[in-house]
Formats: sequence, C-alpha cells, structure tokens
Amino acid sequence: MAGSRSRDLDKLLLRPGHLVGPAFEPGTQLRDDLEEYVRILVVGAGGLGCELLKDLALSGFRNLEVIDMDTIEVSNLNRQFLFRLEDVGEPKAQVAAKRVMERVSGVNIVPHFCRIEDKELHFYSQFSIIVLGLDSIEARSYINSVACGFLEYDSNDEPLEETVKPMVDGGTEGFKGHARVILPGMTPCFECTIWLFPPQVKFPLCTLAETPRTAAHCIEYAHLIKWDEVHSGKSFDPDNPEHMQWVYSEASKRAQLFGIPGVTYTLTQGVVKNIIPAIASTNAIISAACALETLKIASGCSKTLSNYLTYNGVEGLHTKVTEFVKDKDCLVCGPGVFMELETSVTLKMFIDQLEEHPQLLMSGASVRFGGKNLYMAAPPLLEEMTRSNLGLPLFELMDKSPTGIVHVTGTAGKGDKRQSCLRKLRVAFKAVGITDTDMAGGA
Amino acid sequence: MIKLFKVKEKQRELAENSNGKPPVKKQSAGELRLHKDISELNLPKTCSISFPNGKDDLMNFEVTIRPDDGYYLGGTFTFTFQISSIYPHEAPKVKCKTKVYHPNIDLDGNVCLNILREDWKPVLNINTIIYGLYHLFTEPNHEDPLNREAAAVLRDNPKMFESNVRRAMAGGYVGQTFFTRCI
Repeated sequence: MAGSRSRDLDKLLLRPGHLVGPAFEPGTQLRDDLEEYVRILVVGAGGLGCELLKDLALSGFRNLEVIDMDTIEVSNLNRQFLFRLEDVGEPKAQVAAKRVMERVSGVNIVPHFCRIEDKELHFYSQFSIIVLGLDSIEARSYINSVACGFLEYDSNDEPLEETVKPMVDGGTEGFKGHARVILPGMTPCFECTIWLFPPQVKFPLCTLAETPRTAAHCIEYAHLIKWDEVHSGKSFDPDNPEHMQWVYSEASKRAQLFGIPGVTYTLTQGVVKNIIPAIASTNAIISAACALETLKIASGCSKTLSNYLTYNGVEGLHTKVTEFVKDKDCLVCGPGVFMELETSVTLKMFIDQLEEHPQLLMSGASVRFGGKNLYMAAPPLLEEMTRSNLGLPLFELMDKSPTGIVHVTGTAGKGDKRQSCLRKLRVAFKAVGITDTDMAGGA
Repeated sequence: MIKLFKVKEKQRELAENSNGKPPVKKQSAGELRLHKDISELNLPKTCSISFPNGKDDLMNFEVTIRPDDGYYLGGTFTFTFQISSIYPHEAPKVKCKTKVYHPNIDLDGNVCLNILREDWKPVLNINTIIYGLYHLFTEPNHEDPLNREAAAVLRDNPKMFESNVRRAMAGGYVGQTFFTRCI
C-alpha cells in the first residue's frame, strides 16, 4: 500500500541515511515486514492509550492489541477522543479498538477487557514490543517484571538479543510527562530507577484527626478515619459514586466546622484517587514520542532515545533526555550470579556453597524460588516451617526445571564490609536436558 | 530489530499452541525486598510475628506486642500488616486489631506513627516499624492524638490515665466505650 498515507513514513523507511540504527535496511520490504511481522501490545486505553493506538496505527503498524480493565466515564470524554457520550459504560479497550479500525484502513486491533494480571505470561511473550500508557507505578512495575522475566543471559552475562522484550513507557501528569525506552538487559528497567518516582504525599493521621488546615486534610479525614468509624467492616470503594459522595459530604461538614474553604466534589475525587488533572496536549506529545520510538526500535530507521525523555510544559517548554544507567545488581533485569549444580545437591548443601562462592560469600542465607520460601533463616516460626526442606534436593524443590532463578538473602562480603544483602542467582543443573534447546541459552 | 521480530513471528506461527515452559509465578520486586526484611527480623522478646496464610504469603502478616514496661504492661496487642507490590516505595498498611485505649491509636485501629505515613522512607524496614509500634506502648504521647479523650487524660491526669488503661485492658468500660479483655 503506497498511498498518500505512507508518504511521510516512506521518507524514513525507504531511504538510506547516516543517522540510522545499526541494522537498518531501507526499502519496501522493510515497510511490508513492519506491517506483517511486528505485533504491538498497548497497555492502557485511557488518555495516553487512545493517542498511542491512533499514532501507532497511522505509523504503519497493522497488528495491534490493547488491554485495559476500565469502562468509559463521562469525565474521560474531554481528552480520550476515541470515545463518545453514547459509549459511557462500555469497555475502553473495545471502543478504542473499534474506533481506530473504523478510521484507519488495514489495521487490526484486538481488545482485551481485563486486568493485566489476568493474562498468562504466554500472552505477553507473543508481542514484539510492549507500549505502556499507564497511570500507576504498580501496573508499570508488573509489566516490567513480566517483560524482564523473558530475558535470558549467556555464559558471559550478556543478554541474549532474542530474549529482549522492548518496552516503551509513556506517562503524563498535567503539563509534565515522560517517554522512555526500556530494552531489558541493555538499558535500565523500571525497577533500576524506581527511585525516580517521588514519594507519595501522606498526611499524618493525627493532623487529619485533630488539626486540619487544608481542604485535602478534611477530605482525607472523611476518607481514612470517618469512613471506618461509620461503616464498620465495609471497605471504601473509590469507584463507587455513592461512597465518593459520602466522603465529599463528610469532608464538607468538617471543613465548615474548622472554617476551611475549598472542598469540592472534584477535589474530593482528586485527593482520594490521587488524580492530577490530565492535559490533552501533554498526552498527544508524549504519545507521539512513544510511537516514534516504537517505530525506531522496530525498523532501525534511527537510533532510539537513550533512554529517558522528560517534558515540562508548565512554564514555557522544556524537554531533556537523560541517559540513566542500569543497576547491575537489579533483581528484576540483572543477570544474577550464575551457579551450576549437580541434581543431587540438597538445599542445605546449596546454602553452604553460597558461603564459599567468591562472588557471594554469603552466610545464613534464606532462599526463595518462584514465589515459594524454600528456607527462611528467621524468624524462628518460618525457620521451623521451612527446615524440613533442607534435606531435599534443590532440583526437586525447583520443580525439576533444568534452569531457574533463585533469590537469596543473607550476610555477604568480607571483613568489615559484611552486610546484609539480597541477590539473584541463575541456577542450572548439570546433565539435565542437555538435548533441550532451551539449555543453550540458560547455561 | 525487525529481522528478529520476523524470525520470532514465524516461529510463533509454527509453535502456536505448543506452549513450552510451564508458567512460573511472577514475583514482584516488593515481595523480594520483603523476603529480605522478614528473613532479617530481629525482634525483641516482647514482639512476635505470625503468617495466617502460611509460609509463602509474606505480604500479609500479624505482629503481636506484649509490652514489658509502662502503662500497657501485661497487655497483648495484635497488628495486621498489608504490604503492597511496590514496597518499599510505599509504606506497609498497619492496623491495630485489638481495641485499645491509647492516645495515638483510635478505636478503629488506625495508628498515628510518623514512619507509617509522612516520614516513611524506603531505607526503613519492617523491623523499624515493629520497634516504632512497641515504642508507642512504652511512650504513648499526647501531642499526636488520634483518640482525643485518651490524649487529654494522659496530659492532664496521668494517674487517671493509668487506671483507665488498666480498666480497658482488664475488659470494661472507659466512659461510653467498651474494651475487650487483652491481658
């Protein structure tokens, strides 16, 4: 399809250049391959998600899927431009997919109306690139751990390229936003730089209870203290309008009592749900940057952003790209320490080996695998519950998998520098699954 | 990465439905950090911890404190801890399960302890919080009141505060409020 729609794209994909990525091969084949072989998952179909789906579809990608657990609300309509008044109450993912397919010919978008945790890992593994348009740290952290979970390292602790699942993460808050490229194992993952997120503002409970000074104090009092006092046992649901209305009216009464102005229903929602007013233009700018990076990763038509763009439109306009570095010991994306073991090695022997291992020198270790605590050195209650595992072969405790990721906590280091630490280990068992092709990567 | 995507997409089409590896449960970074906190707990004799959902769910647990000094000597107080998947970016949610007559703990179990809210830092850990809670029983303070009546009594009439605490812990009324026995 060489119609007018791909005219601008063709300038990037059909011509050589000197600012291109390392393996760039311009030509119509590239354009066709992008259409045929690249599958993109967009996580979130809200303010950013709507923009992303539109931008990616118009950037020539044909196979898109979108996942979002929310339904459309009236308050979304000012910026989530794919939705109309009659769509209120419908799943965002479904309506967004339908609208973009109606307007952009040739694109296929599969919607998923569910929580991101509801999908099997296999679901995420099928995409070439995952693009995030989310508003929470929890959801980003989850997707990041899933994508980094596919990453494998070779024996030199170098990431295996075919296991790298690229992510492009966008985020906005009012007039501010960011776009970043995460190539697990190559650029810092979300967890490497989680400290970038400012701590949440939390008011002391006693201030709320005794000396409120602001409208937000009154709202948090109604939300955190008064709610429990009146509704014993019933938990507060921020998505239930009746609950929100109740908090608003209690907050208003309290504000009146203390002579504090400014409590409104919108502010109540804002404080309780931690909402910062969204700005349509910020979403558009951040989404454009994300879509472009996605195109660059897939096609190689230019080097990718390295690796974190911030945008600030509060006063004038300021954008900046910062190259953050990986945390080499990151528990999520790092290679971890490699250990090769006999299948007969018991958990006790394994723990003893950690003391001798030159990269670890770890004593008193506790061991965790796949969400299970194999051994806990403390507290005594858990030590007792896990002690019986010590005599069992680690291979069996790891469900007879030839390779696996184990996390250990203990005291490590030498002399005065001994300190408690948490390490990731890449364990492989000798003489198991040699014929298994998976082994080549893991060991 | 188009070449790689192309190869993988062709493989995927071939391998459709021949799902290889068994799914491994996804662990959050929060769980791992909590695993470290828990395995390093160093509690005073007066505090104990239990895991109602068994050894593999560390994200929900209970801490029981039996103060060995001060107004609350002899009482037993249980706190529930809920840990989020982005711990330690976010502080644990802690509530007191035992109804207690205390200036800094209200009758619904909300606790006014600075490190649980405004002063939480990711370098703090579960041990710090437990020591902080223990400290609330040895040094209740009337300056951060969550139970205003109790705080006023502690400030104006410590003798009366002491007898109110004894009465509440033994199981009985303080003013209009009934407290169940926790000795």
